[in-house]
Amino acid sequence: MTALHFATLAPFIIALIIPLLYRYMPKIHTGWFALLLPLILFVYFLSFLPTTMAGDVIVQSFAWVPSLDIHFTLYIDGLSLLFALLITGIGTLVMLYSIFYLSKVKEKLNQFYVYVMLFIGAMLGVVLSDNLIVLYVFWEVTSISSALLISYWYTRPKSVYGALKSMYITVFGGLCMLAGIAMLYVMTGSFSVRDIIATINPASALFWPALLFILLGAFTKSAQFPFHIWLPDAMEAPTPVSAYLHSATMVKAGIYLIARLTPVFGGDALWFWLITTVGVVTLVWGSLNAVRQKDLKAILAYSTISQLGMVVSLLGVGSIAYYINDGDNVLYTAAILAAVFHLINHATFKGSLFMTAGVVDHATGTRDIRKLGGLMTLMPMTATISLIGLASMAGLPPFNGFLSKELFFFSMLNMTELTMFNIGAWSILFAVLIWLASICTFLYCAITFFKTFTGKFNAAKLAVKNVREVQFGMLLSPLILAVLVIVIGLFPNVLAYTLIEPAMRAILPGILAPGEQFDVHIYHWHGFDLEVLMTIGVIVIGTLLFLTMKKWSKLKLYNSERELFNMPYDRGYDRLIKGSQSLTRLQMTGRLRDYVLYMCTFIVLLIGYTLLRYDAFAVNTSNVSPIDGFMWLFAIMLLLCVIAIPFIHHRLTAIIVIGAIGFLVALMFVVFRAPDLALTQLLVESVSIILLLLAFYHLPELRKEKVKRSFKLTNLLISAAVGVMVTLVSLSAFALGSESGLTSISAFFIENARSLAGGYNIVNVILVDFRGLDTMLEILVLGIAAIGVVSLIKLRLKGSEDV
Amino acid sequence: MKRMKPHDRPNDMMLQVSMRAIAVIIFSFSVYLLIAGHNNPGGGFIGGLMTACAVLVLFLVFGMKRMAKVARLHFTTLIGIGLLVAVSAGVLSMLYGYPFLTHVISALPFDIGVYLVVVGAALTIILSIAEDDA
Repeated sequence: MTALHFATLAPFIIALIIPLLYRYMPKIHTGWFALLLPLILFVYFLSFLPTTMAGDVIVQSFAWVPSLDIHFTLYIDGLSLLFALLITGIGTLVMLYSIFYLSKVKEKLNQFYVYVMLFIGAMLGVVLSDNLIVLYVFWEVTSISSALLISYWYTRPKSVYGALKSMYITVFGGLCMLAGIAMLYVMTGSFSVRDIIATINPASALFWPALLFILLGAFTKSAQFPFHIWLPDAMEAPTPVSAYLHSATMVKAGIYLIARLTPVFGGDALWFWLITTVGVVTLVWGSLNAVRQKDLKAILAYSTISQLGMVVSLLGVGSIAYYINDGDNVLYTAAILAAVFHLINHATFKGSLFMTAGVVDHATGTRDIRKLGGLMTLMPMTATISLIGLASMAGLPPFNGFLSKELFFFSMLNMTELTMFNIGAWSILFAVLIWLASICTFLYCAITFFKTFTGKFNAAKLAVKNVREVQFGMLLSPLILAVLVIVIGLFPNVLAYTLIEPAMRAILPGILAPGEQFDVHIYHWHGFDLEVLMTIGVIVIGTLLFLTMKKWSKLKLYNSERELFNMPYDRGYDRLIKGSQSLTRLQMTGRLRDYVLYMCTFIVLLIGYTLLRYDAFAVNTSNVSPIDGFMWLFAIMLLLCVIAIPFIHHRLTAIIVIGAIGFLVALMFVVFRAPDLALTQLLVESVSIILLLLAFYHLPELRKEKVKRSFKLTNLLISAAVGVMVTLVSLSAFALGSESGLTSISAFFIENARSLAGGYNIVNVILVDFRGLDTMLEILVLGIAAIGVVSLIKLRLKGSEDV
Repeated sequence: MKRMKPHDRPNDMMLQVSMRAIAVIIFSFSVYLLIAGHNNPGGGFIGGLMTACAVLVLFLVFGMKRMAKVARLHFTTLIGIGLLVAVSAGVLSMLYGYPFLTHVISALPFDIGVYLVVVGAALTIILSIAEDDA
């Protein structure tokens, strides 16, 4: 375990400490402690910058489950370092923001920061890990922690709905991704990304299925069309969470996956078409829907969807560089440059926008743009920071958003010169679509700014009486991000060879000759080419649309907010629940007797069929151990007790007789010289009897029920059949086992218990050492069962209610 | 058929006095079973069940209200602590560079984790059912 491993796992360790800090130091906002972790990690990861700038990589490995080829390998190159810096850097700023946003009196801070720590650790694991299975584990932990954070205010039904929706969609994608990873393993024999890049065979039959499944995972996580429906509902989370997870980091995990696996799948036509098309469609659909929204965070959510679509489509175009792979592909590597650059820019301006939306929410009590207005004079700093972020998002110079957008137009227009992949007229269509989407982007940015900060201030519509600028601490984080927006806009080439070029090299290995570098030069003025004309067109038409807003805002299309793609999800979800309920109601009659009947019948049929079909019945009495007289006595007593039970009327007596049976079995264990089993049986029996006594205290006496003869006969038949089957199986198992010559595993354990595990008690050694993992999962199940029992009792359901 | 309250029954005094001693014996034997598990019959599961028995017997004899005043432990938390201890025992070996769940010197920490979970789970289940008076 190296320092790098510790750095990745540190958030999980801190997550253990936070509840203690919260409980024992309530005067200090827990956020101050939580802030330290991402800050320290940010500085730690900065120390790797010189290495990646020089083009080297760092690999640290640790054998986690060596038998399954799962190694905890951490891999730092340009791409993973970029993401790690984003995660920890934005994490620090969000922690700082959350200190002022979440009240330490009213909120359960310990839960919040534990979940955030879990998220940070998991996200770092996703971007740093080289082994795909480890990546998958961390991927799912991000889904889980995201769902926990979305449902942070779990008493609100909308929060729970949003959290469940996000979890269903992203976990579904995660499982598909796991299938894709398994296929990659079958094709290449390794889980390591570097090995897979080296040995992948694009002509293999599993190539396209693996591609599809992995893309499903990436698209669901990054909210691409049509899986984007979870992101607007995820806005129920507290604003720090929205700023962190759902704009800057978690949703970019899918993009990271696509970028990381571009060397594996890039150059393939399906990869190009799927990613570019989905990206462009997402871009357009997101920006169209963002115009319709009235809630500030909803606008930002749809805008995030659309901007992520932009980055995804750029990665698709950039993958062409693998197809061409000669000197001419500098046109297409520009797409990767644009993608990486926009990743950074989007994190800065979107993060600051979410935070200012939260500030407005905090100060006025609402996020509805129909109620807000005229806040510029009351909250000048917030207005300025918002303006910077929105102008950058709309693509206005001199901000970094303008530079990204120009690069985006440049890359997409380059596609029109392509002849492969049958692109043809599609490239022109794409160009037109992205131009339209940019108009919408400009429009919703304008709407957001002007409706919130200019216009008339209407105090009557707001819940908060005294609206004024919030404390400086809350504005510090968005201010830092806004400053970054300006600085990157004015001096973009500071990032060029420090962050962008190493990332490009990581996404497109094998394109450059050794010693070469990508040429990264970003500047504002390229001359009066098509891109500038497109931008001017966007600004002109966008302004026109904004000015004529009164006319078209009466349209019904504008007035509704919920998009129609939610319908398949909601309807499908309802039908799934109702369908499974009716299916369950068919078999679950509510009576324990029926369930036992089903189980016993099934066992009888299955065993009977197997015995008959495979002629598996055999009796061999030659190697039987001798039975003493008192063993016969115990066996007969056992039989008598069992037979007596159906004839007992008094419930207490029945319980005691059951206990007697248990103790007799324990006695048998003693006779067969198994002290561990005997002790366990004795104790379990005692505890069970106490439990039965407590449970049955409330039930009435056993009554003789009037049931039909046929009913009694059926029960008798089935119980007799079960007894006969079990006897036949035991006899056959013994007979066939001694004939087949297989040695029992107990020989291995007897030999090795002392030498390998250091203990003489073989049973315990098996439980704790040889099969320790099983035991750990068993106690986990035990804990879950206990919690289930408590929940059932506390719920106090009536007789026929459904849980 | 309503059971009489414990303090109504006349012969409880003997039971309570003797149970104080007996519970200590059962409890210490259960801890012995836990620790001696690796070389002699015993182990986490058995020790846990026996401790649960000891506590249960005390609950039965002294009644819910009196025990609630004395035993402030939240048994559900015990499950979580036990799981944490068991997993940490596995993770501890990772810090030394071995794969997960290789026991360093002794398997006792893991067994203690198992013990705590069993005690917590058994008592949680039984006491929830017992306290439910509806």
